[in-house]
Amino acid sequence: MNTWVILGAIVALVLMRLRKPSMLTWAAAWWVAMFAIVRYGFTVPVPISVVKLYMGLITAGLVAYVLTDEERIEQVCQPVLAFMTQKRFQLPLLATMLAIPALFAWSIYAGMTRDPQAPAFARTVHPAPPDEITVHDNTVSIGTADNPYRALEETDPEAFGARLANGREVYYANCFYCHGDIMAGEGMYAHALNPIPTSFQDPGTIAMLREAFLFWRIAKGAPGLPEEGGPWASAMPAWESFLTEEEMWNVVLFLYEFTGHRPRAVEEHH
Amino acid sequence: MSQKRPGVLLIGLGVLAFLAVIVGAWRLAVTIDDTMAFRAPTRSAPAVAETESGAADQGWTPREQALADEAAAQAEADRTKPYVEAEYRAVPRIGSRVAIWVVAQLHLLFAAFVLAVPMFAVVVEAIGLKTGDKRYDDLAYEFTKLLSVSFSLTATLGAGLTFMLIALYPKFTNYLMSVFSPTFLPYVLLFFAEAAFLYTYYYGWGKFGPKLHLFLGIMLNVVGTGIMFIANAWLTFMSTPSGVSENGALISTWDAVSNYTWMPINIHRIIANLAFGGSIAAAYAAYKFLSAKTQAERAHYDWMGYIGNFVAMCGLLPLPFAGYWLAKEIYAFSQTMGLTMMGGAFSWLFIIQAVLIGNLFLFANWYLWLAMGRIEGAARFKGYIWPLLVIVIACFAVWATPRSIIASTEEIQAMGGSSHPILGFLGVMSAKNTAVNIIILATFVSFLLYRRSNIIKTTARGAGIVKILQGLLILASAAIVIGYGIRGYFVDAATRIGFSVPQVSSVLFCMLFVTMLDAYLTRGAQATKTQWGRIRPISQYVLILLAVTFTWMMGLMGYLRSGLRLHWHVYGVIRDTSPDAFTPTLGYATKVVSSTVLIFFLMIGFVFWLAGLSGKKVGAEEEEQADAVANSTLGFGPAGAPATASASNTATASAASPPPGNRP
Repeated sequence: MNTWVILGAIVALVLMRLRKPSMLTWAAAWWVAMFAIVRYGFTVPVPISVVKLYMGLITAGLVAYVLTDEERIEQVCQPVLAFMTQKRFQLPLLATMLAIPALFAWSIYAGMTRDPQAPAFARTVHPAPPDEITVHDNTVSIGTADNPYRALEETDPEAFGARLANGREVYYANCFYCHGDIMAGEGMYAHALNPIPTSFQDPGTIAMLREAFLFWRIAKGAPGLPEEGGPWASAMPAWESFLTEEEMWNVVLFLYEFTGHRPRAVEEHH
Repeated sequence: MSQKRPGVLLIGLGVLAFLAVIVGAWRLAVTIDDTMAFRAPTRSAPAVAETESGAADQGWTPREQALADEAAAQAEADRTKPYVEAEYRAVPRIGSRVAIWVVAQLHLLFAAFVLAVPMFAVVVEAIGLKTGDKRYDDLAYEFTKLLSVSFSLTATLGAGLTFMLIALYPKFTNYLMSVFSPTFLPYVLLFFAEAAFLYTYYYGWGKFGPKLHLFLGIMLNVVGTGIMFIANAWLTFMSTPSGVSENGALISTWDAVSNYTWMPINIHRIIANLAFGGSIAAAYAAYKFLSAKTQAERAHYDWMGYIGNFVAMCGLLPLPFAGYWLAKEIYAFSQTMGLTMMGGAFSWLFIIQAVLIGNLFLFANWYLWLAMGRIEGAARFKGYIWPLLVIVIACFAVWATPRSIIASTEEIQAMGGSSHPILGFLGVMSAKNTAVNIIILATFVSFLLYRRSNIIKTTARGAGIVKILQGLLILASAAIVIGYGIRGYFVDAATRIGFSVPQVSSVLFCMLFVTMLDAYLTRGAQATKTQWGRIRPISQYVLILLAVTFTWMMGLMGYLRSGLRLHWHVYGVIRDTSPDAFTPTLGYATKVVSSTVLIFFLMIGFVFWLAGLSGKKVGAEEEEQADAVANSTLGFGPAGAPATASASNTATASAASPPPGNRP
């Protein structure tokens, strides 16, 4: 977070509160302060789509607040009416009237002259898996299958440890170039990809999924992504061509072990 | 006269020109074979029998022979044409899917309204019966007035939907009938019973004993709910089938009925219908308020709008919890379907849904704050509005924050992925659950403040301690919700999902006990009267916005529930092989939903208009009287503002109690 921007906005609002400004000034100041925080208050900039969403909500909130009370409406309308009707504001009014279309013109000019960009897109993080897949002549039901070696965690910790060790080897021999040494999606090849690989450290990724889902993604890669929700942008190879089924289940175990997440359990029907 | 002459001349010329064109066209038609080079000389084509005797004998031209052969071939083809059962039929331009989609959605919207109104009409009538206050009875009657036409429209749309299903999707409809045929007879019988109860309830108002009448209303609800449960079995079977083999052969009708999502949908729809019906009734009251000519009318419809909105809020508050249960059962049925819904192709619909739900809560709170304007003592609570608004907007923002953000390539590179390193934490279930629970608490506090507004002095013992206890309960509930929300980031998915139970329970517990304490506090308290009708007109537009938002959301979520089946008629059992077996884009879907909402409001506008007409003839005298009262003593202008201070005081006394509504 950009602490100085946030502190600056808060201090400005507090100072303004002490000066007891008109409702119009107060509402405008809140809007500007919120815009400053949303747009410039984060070290990693917030995408424009979210800025628009948040500012829309803030605008709706301020409008609702002003319109709730007759006195507040009066306080907002009076200066606007005075600005539009009183003689002393003729010049600023003229300037405003010229500035509004000029602003639009500038906005269009800026839009037309900037460097071409790839269109923004919504990435679907969790594609819907098929009901079942066939890997090395073996059919795996994605909806119901569990990791065949997960039970070893309780019944035979030593064997489970051996599987984890194998999963580690497989990961660092094949996966870490893109997914990174700490699985944060920052491997050495990651930034050659667009979009970059998802961070498994993030609690919104593998922690939300069952192990069979990960097995499907590893085995079938980008070529196995479903038609729905496409077009997909993924460089994930179909690892079934290079790894055994056992190695893929082992690497799934390792992904959860390393990140500390637990796989999603099967929901019970009530 | 001379000015008319050119006009007459032109008309005459026009008639002549028209006749000339007709004659010319006729001549062209009868002489066309002679004048066109590729046509043979005039002679009608021979009958089929003639062709068999041979062209040479008849001395036919080659063209005549060809025509005769064609006719014979066609006759033979007609005679031997085999019967082939059509799988699909198309609707021109818009396609079968959109046609079914729109009609089904309209049918469901009207059905929801028809099922919802009796629920609260009966409760309002029961309150009137218990308290002996005739105004409640009148209000219940006014709600019921909207039912008659809506019921007819529901039935008409239902019949239209059935015919369209049979005509456009005959094979699939036949399959559904084969599975659910045992449910059809109960459905039809219940439908007749519903019609009987509805019309006796409506037309028998004031003509039966009050308890018998109330019983009719209760039975109307019971029968209506039964109908909905049966229809829900059909549609939930399509999404989460059970009771059939892999090939679709029926094994057990009961298992097909009680599939994974049947009961969650039943509960979800009962609550959603209540919220939707309340909001539509409130929109009707708002429309009547805005077109009211007298202060008495304004007072009545202000009260009606308030009650409608109260009902809608009672439905809205528990609705997200019912939604969670439904989503959980979808995941339990199929992880694939769950992921398609929350993380895949349909996940972006939930961002739109979040914006709509956020709007509902914002509008609901806004209406309550505006409604405080009709209570004299409410000014002391003005200071609470800003912090409540900040909480509502903050929760709204969390609720609407997408996990995977729409971003340009540069933005994605800057974020290091499609989710923001900080805002990404707001995009997961822990944050969403926390936000929705807190926004519900905030709305409850707004309602509590509204309830308290007209209390001048409490007479309850230990009032101070009770108030502190209420505050502590609310804070404790908020702390539990936030605590579990934060903890949810550090546990596995199953535990995290389980956290929603204590979160929801604490909020429900808090609302229940704080309301009970509030009832204790306000019992026998000294209070100012509520000045019904003295509310700013913008509040009525808020009520209409609430109804539109509810309708929009129902349309959107209806599409989601149905669209989740993707290219299946019955998920995993009967595949959709029609040309429409693709998932439409979000933009296209929202256009269809929005068009349906627009059509619905045109139709419900017609219902409102008819309901208004039903009270007109008898009500005219009352209206005149009310006008006279308003003009002579109240002095209220069209905008509802008092003309003078003294008039305002008089109005306060008169409008404090809502007047009875008009009856046919």
